[in-house]
Amino acid sequence: MTILLIYIALFVGSFFAVKAVGNFLTAKSDFTSLKTVTFGDESAVRANRAASVMSIVAIFLIWGAFTGSSLVPIHAPGPFIGDTTFTYTATADGQSDEGTVRVIVHPVADKPEAPEMAPGDGFAKDDIALIGAWRSGLIRVDQNDELGRDAGAVVTAVNGTAIEPDGRVQVDNGVVNMTRRGTLNFTPYRGWQMEPVWLPSPETVFWRLVELSRDGYQNFRLLEHLGWSLLRVVAGFILGALVGIPLGYAMGLSDWFRGWFDPIVEFMRPVPPLALIPLVIIWAGIGEPGKIILLFLAALWIMTIAARAGVSGVKITKVHAAYSLGASKWQVMRHVIIPNSLPEIFTGARVAMGVCWGTVVAAELVAAEKGAGMMIMVASRFQLTDIVITGIILIGVIGYGIDILMRQAENFLVPWKGRA
Amino acid sequence: MTGLAIDDISMRFELPKGGSVQALKNVSLDLKPGELMSVLGPSGCGKTTLLNIVAGFLAPTEGKVVLNGETVVGPAAERGMVFQQGALFEWMSVRDNVGFGPKMKGMAPGEKREIVDHLLDVTGLGDFKEKAIYELSGGMQQRVALARCLANDPDVILMDEPLGALDALTREKMQGLVLKLWRETGKTIILITHSVEEALLLGERLLVMAPRPGRIHKEYRLPFADMGVNADLREVKKHEDYNPTREEILSMIWNMEEEIMGRSETSA
Repeated sequence: MTILLIYIALFVGSFFAVKAVGNFLTAKSDFTSLKTVTFGDESAVRANRAASVMSIVAIFLIWGAFTGSSLVPIHAPGPFIGDTTFTYTATADGQSDEGTVRVIVHPVADKPEAPEMAPGDGFAKDDIALIGAWRSGLIRVDQNDELGRDAGAVVTAVNGTAIEPDGRVQVDNGVVNMTRRGTLNFTPYRGWQMEPVWLPSPETVFWRLVELSRDGYQNFRLLEHLGWSLLRVVAGFILGALVGIPLGYAMGLSDWFRGWFDPIVEFMRPVPPLALIPLVIIWAGIGEPGKIILLFLAALWIMTIAARAGVSGVKITKVHAAYSLGASKWQVMRHVIIPNSLPEIFTGARVAMGVCWGTVVAAELVAAEKGAGMMIMVASRFQLTDIVITGIILIGVIGYGIDILMRQAENFLVPWKGRA
Repeated sequence: MTGLAIDDISMRFELPKGGSVQALKNVSLDLKPGELMSVLGPSGCGKTTLLNIVAGFLAPTEGKVVLNGETVVGPAAERGMVFQQGALFEWMSVRDNVGFGPKMKGMAPGEKREIVDHLLDVTGLGDFKEKAIYELSGGMQQRVALARCLANDPDVILMDEPLGALDALTREKMQGLVLKLWRETGKTIILITHSVEEALLLGERLLVMAPRPGRIHKEYRLPFADMGVNADLREVKKHEDYNPTREEILSMIWNMEEEIMGRSETSA
């Protein structure tokens, strides 16, 4: 909630900051910049690049600030680490004595040796406890006391404040709770930062990426994991396109094909590929054939429908013109229907690649020996959050890269798209 | 037996919701080679249907179309078609669009190139040969459509409102081009139009059709197309017969439109 508020504040604040400074990143003098009506004219709304830059900066800033990153100058208050003390008062047989508890709060990863300490005087001896940051620990303060719990001693106060079972007392750098059975439980101050096991800092993720690309993970190099995922996607997509595009054309050109396959396509289209994973595993196992069959099915219907739409999108005047110019059926197919359907097919291919990429990761989450999804699934079992996040970022980058490549190919191969 | 004979054509089809439409009734027409006939009529008079039947895209329920002694059964290269717009192939350059017909015939590249270059020069597209279709203006695109049709050397050219989507100035220029090409190539042309002026200026013969059922209402033989071949079209419009003919045809079509309106009002 706090983070959301900070994010909104950054969003609004940077807007006014940029407006005040003047928008040097997007200042343009082309035709669109002369339009006075921009509210309601979608074509006049161009992404403010200053906002894009600041958006990315804001994400890293918040990420770094709440994970104690050394890359970010400002931080949310971190967890307490270091020495702190509180006193407790034990009462037994009508007499009271005070003891001191020294708590050493250490980073979870490196636990220090407990130092020697003089026990002090009175029947309540001083104690020492080691507690990891973000953790809490039970402290049996009476364990070393002359009059312990067996002798009827009870802790009645912490730092001079009376405490009862289920009660709590605020002390320096933390909170002392008393359990129902009378044991003290110290929770050091947690601060606002995220524990690395929930969210590691950006540089941890980066160094983990370096390490992964050098040493690999789970018997395979990082590039092998990603490469296998990509290979499955490409194989499944190509098979799906090889079957789906001709099928779509046939459905667009022949009443028998349309009638025969309409129920199948219309039924299979709304079935999410993820729902097929269990069946595909039963039929083909968790190996490569199963994965490729799944991706084939994911791409097949999308490509079929795209090709069918491509045929139905051909203007009838173009077909009539081609016949009037003496073209045969095959020539109409080759020179009119296929080129005219390419834009639709490319749109379908982009969607299919996106769906396939999502499906392969999901399929690898379920079962795989290698692959991007398998990598993050295994890492999550060992609470290796940095690997999980590295994996998610790589999956996103590759998915984005695929889409950019498809768009480039589209611009190159069908330059007339949207201009007819 | 040369020329185009439209022999007693009727066209009737059933509507999906019941009832039927008589789109054409007993239309007969003969065109000698090299004649240019423009066809006018209120909307719904079946002029586009007639053109589609001649082109071979539709089969008439009665009658037949005969070209040079052969009955028309489907679209073919000897009956070229020029559409209002959107019939060019955007994935091809101007040159490839014009060369489409020869290419389909399997003509040798050298010969094809010669034909295409000549037609592009005649239609004033010499500087745009390698351009993409979407880079051209509407008027330019119609020039490509005309050139593409002529490249195939058809016996009959069917034009379905070829200039309908152009602005007035471009349209006037293109009317001159159509007349010039007609005279130079000597093609038989059927031209459908909504513009009475265009029908008068371009049609050596002018056919007025009437709706419900679509039929021939009246035919004119006009001198303006011949004049227009040699003179400026604006000069032709100053001819003493031009305006009276125009008024006559306009009021004829107006009456038909009013009759339709009146009929649908009484039936409603």
